[in-house]
Amino acid sequence: MPLSLLNIRRHDGYTRVEFVEKNILDEGNLHQIEQEIRTAIETEASPRVLICFKNVEHMSSAALGTLLALKDSIEKKSGELRLSDIDRRIYEMFVITKLNRLFSIHDSVEQAASSFTKK
Amino acid sequence: MNAPYEIPHEIARIERAFHCLRPGLEELQDEFASALLRFGFDEAATFAIRLAIEEAVVNAFRHGNKSDETKRVHFRSRISADRIDIDVTDEGAGFNPNAVPDPTREENLEIPSGRGVMLMKAYMTEVEYLAPGNHLRMSYVRPISR
Repeated sequence: MPLSLLNIRRHDGYTRVEFVEKNILDEGNLHQIEQEIRTAIETEASPRVLICFKNVEHMSSAALGTLLALKDSIEKKSGELRLSDIDRRIYEMFVITKLNRLFSIHDSVEQAASSFTKK
Repeated sequence: MNAPYEIPHEIARIERAFHCLRPGLEELQDEFASALLRFGFDEAATFAIRLAIEEAVVNAFRHGNKSDETKRVHFRSRISADRIDIDVTDEGAGFNPNAVPDPTREENLEIPSGRGVMLMKAYMTEVEYLAPGNHLRMSYVRPISR
């Protein structure tokens, strides 16, 4: 089994995901990242997932596609996805593609965590 | 940010022909980033060009050559102090870039693919597909500093 590309930790009420690599580009890596996140939340009825982009320097349109696929899966289970700590140049990619309107994006992990719907 | 040494006056050329995507693309990106630094291009330019090369070469492999590793992707570039010109050609049948749906339309926002061409157009100065659509030509012109 390949080395994990993510740090995934359970927090109080949500799953926090951080990237090991600074470049999220390669489709093979993206497939692995998607599978690792899906495995981490597969037993949860309504998963709450926070993906932190700290240290991520480069992304591609393929990575945006992976995030959209994950968002779709999470929301189909009535879960919630939050993104945080996105570098300003990468955030510009979200703005150009208008995906900033689709994702819930926050400056910090703390802000993202507090934005989950209260149960 | 200026390079800590004089920007070269000559022209650099980086060329490749790939049969497979990785690790050749990473090696190309590293060589390109070094050249951009030598020619004094800033972080914004380096980010833009890295993204455009990634999208162009991945599209050529995946959509152009249909991931067929008996086919090649040809990469040619010319780097000078004021502009960068890049040609990426695949061995596929080509496509009509005008037929790609606008990914920013409300009804297309949630579709996971189709944003590569748009990002290249946003970050590069000029992007065009030459007929029959398997030859991408793009350029980045250094903004005039005030």
